[in-house]
Amino acid sequence: MAEYKPIRKVVSGNYAAAYAAKHARVQVVAAYPITPQTSIIEKIAEFIANGEVENLQYVPVESEHSAMAACIGASAAGARVFTATAAQGLALMHEMLHWASGARLPIVMVNANRALAPPWSVWDEQTDSLAQRDTGWMQFYAENNQEVYDGVLMAFKVAETVNLPAMVIESAFILSHTYDVVEMIPQELVDEFLPPREPLYDLTDFEKSFSVGALATPADYYEFRYKEQKAMEEAKEVIREVGKEFGERFGRDYSGMIEPYRVEDADFVFMGMGSLMGTVKQAVDILRDEGYRVGALKVRWFRPFPKEELYEFAKEVGGIAVIDRNYSFGMEGILFTEAKGALYNTGARPLMKDYIVGLGGRDFTVNDVRKIAENMKTIMGKGELDVEVDWYHLKR
Amino acid sequence: MEIPENVKKRLSIPAEEHFYAGHTACQGCGAALGLRYVLKAYGKKTIFTIPACCSTIIAGAWPYNTLDANLFHTAFATTGAVMGGIEAALKARGFKVKGEDGVMVVGWAGDGGTADIGLQALSGFLERGHDAVYIMYDNEAYMNTGIQRSGSTPYGAWTTNTPGGKKHFLEKRHKKKVIDIVIAHEVPYAATASVAYPEDFIRKLKKARKIPGPSFIQLFAPCPTGWRSPTDKSIEIARLAVQTAYFPLFEYENGKYRINMPSTKKEPKPIEEFLKYQGRFKYMTKEDIEVLQEWVLHEWEKLKKLAEVFG
Repeated sequence: MAEYKPIRKVVSGNYAAAYAAKHARVQVVAAYPITPQTSIIEKIAEFIANGEVENLQYVPVESEHSAMAACIGASAAGARVFTATAAQGLALMHEMLHWASGARLPIVMVNANRALAPPWSVWDEQTDSLAQRDTGWMQFYAENNQEVYDGVLMAFKVAETVNLPAMVIESAFILSHTYDVVEMIPQELVDEFLPPREPLYDLTDFEKSFSVGALATPADYYEFRYKEQKAMEEAKEVIREVGKEFGERFGRDYSGMIEPYRVEDADFVFMGMGSLMGTVKQAVDILRDEGYRVGALKVRWFRPFPKEELYEFAKEVGGIAVIDRNYSFGMEGILFTEAKGALYNTGARPLMKDYIVGLGGRDFTVNDVRKIAENMKTIMGKGELDVEVDWYHLKR
Repeated sequence: MEIPENVKKRLSIPAEEHFYAGHTACQGCGAALGLRYVLKAYGKKTIFTIPACCSTIIAGAWPYNTLDANLFHTAFATTGAVMGGIEAALKARGFKVKGEDGVMVVGWAGDGGTADIGLQALSGFLERGHDAVYIMYDNEAYMNTGIQRSGSTPYGAWTTNTPGGKKHFLEKRHKKKVIDIVIAHEVPYAATASVAYPEDFIRKLKKARKIPGPSFIQLFAPCPTGWRSPTDKSIEIARLAVQTAYFPLFEYENGKYRINMPSTKKEPKPIEEFLKYQGRFKYMTKEDIEVLQEWVLHEWEKLKKLAEVFG
């Protein structure tokens, strides 16, 4: 194994995604432009125009529904396939997301988390990707540009091991258009980490003559779905192994599906996903200095959901403040529902409260985390919730 | 069954079968026949994309495949896009696509999946110039979901969502001319074909194979179930569709139109000839038939003019 000397580049989250796709040696990219994802596919098109990639076919389709359909065709024909989208585009793809996972195709897609219209918004919110929760796609939430890059490479390896598609999710503008230093991996080391794809099946295998996606009667359909769930369960171990291997090779450890931050002796922790956790971690440092015993739990992989890891952390703390930049109407923040559901039968019973923040890209700052901490301290002192779901940012 | 070489030589269509017995098409199904001819023309080194349509079922429920070729079943709207993806993957992986010995990427979709929900993906497929062949088998309604009208349903036809009643029938629109929409994309090759003229169809399939870029064939495929027609009349109806000029056979190749009919000089037979075996037209009055007749002749004159000027 060659010695790892990272190549440092100052790039946006979108460019980090494009470079990762390039380094993963993707063979087909089918995509449609949508803000704020656009510069991912623009960069990939540039790679092709400049001759920086070999054998990469770029299909500029006429809609996101067709983008995913083309990715599905390409993946079924044995290629390593990548695409990117956001919000409305992801919603339009919804039908095809089921086709990708049902046909067990390891497509990797970057979604730039963006709020859905109406009213129009191009800014950050997680509801678009979380609404795809039940499509059979794995979901990795990146905190920063480095995690976008690393996430894409790991996602391919995990996806191609368990034969399920994976989504790497970055925040609109906060990551997609914000420049930061990203440590990239030399091509030959990426190649060692991520060898060429070995498809589960391949439409170019003409000896067999087979069909994919045919009608299955009630006598068989159920088993298809069971096998998909088994693959999701298996993915948890694969994710931990791939994350560990990534750490050993490149120094950034992703072996945990949940990343704890200063949770030792914490009275309560903040839990959330994606870029907002950078703000939370910074706030934890400040609050610790001020005498608060607080920590953070960053959920990296939302699907499969890290139930077991959550329990390990939850049994040690008295309270969890779930910070949701998303909402399921008629219920509550989506991560909050998931976390409570995951713990119900485990016996771990921390006091849990849901804070809805930053929908449609409203700023979420260290000061907001401080206010949440103050509120958590009060309710934990009383031993009961004031409200279960707090629309924290409302103009009162 | 082995066919002797001397017999093979005399056959006007390939003897090889790549479409298995035991498929689940209805009796007299034009689509099943069409699929059989496509497989005869292209052989097993073919990757099919089939969206929601009768052929989803005809090709077999899991774990069966009645096609001796590989097949990706896909969502209703996506035939053109999935074909594009398959073609891109083949090229990225270094396969020869189309041409004499290349892999054939074939889209096989009904009229609903082509004229309606799949039109956008078809348009994208055509304008991007993928090396693949899209075949729309036209049975003029959504047969697999229970005979509802599609954009390709003709004037006066009964369907379950445009029924004929005591006072009215509801289908008052003429058939959408998908082939004209395709030609507007200036594709290298587009053609109409009919299951009643298999030699012509296979010749067109083979031509489509040789011409680089996207090809489109609209195949007339009778549906006895949906057309309320006798199962042994499918070929006769398909032939009458051509002879009445209701569904003329022609080719569009790099800007040139060519009519492929037994006799273009002869006047087309009256449209009643085409309608007579089909229960779906029984609600039409004499006046309605005139409306359809007028449209058919108008379109026929238009086509003849195109062939004359751009032949």
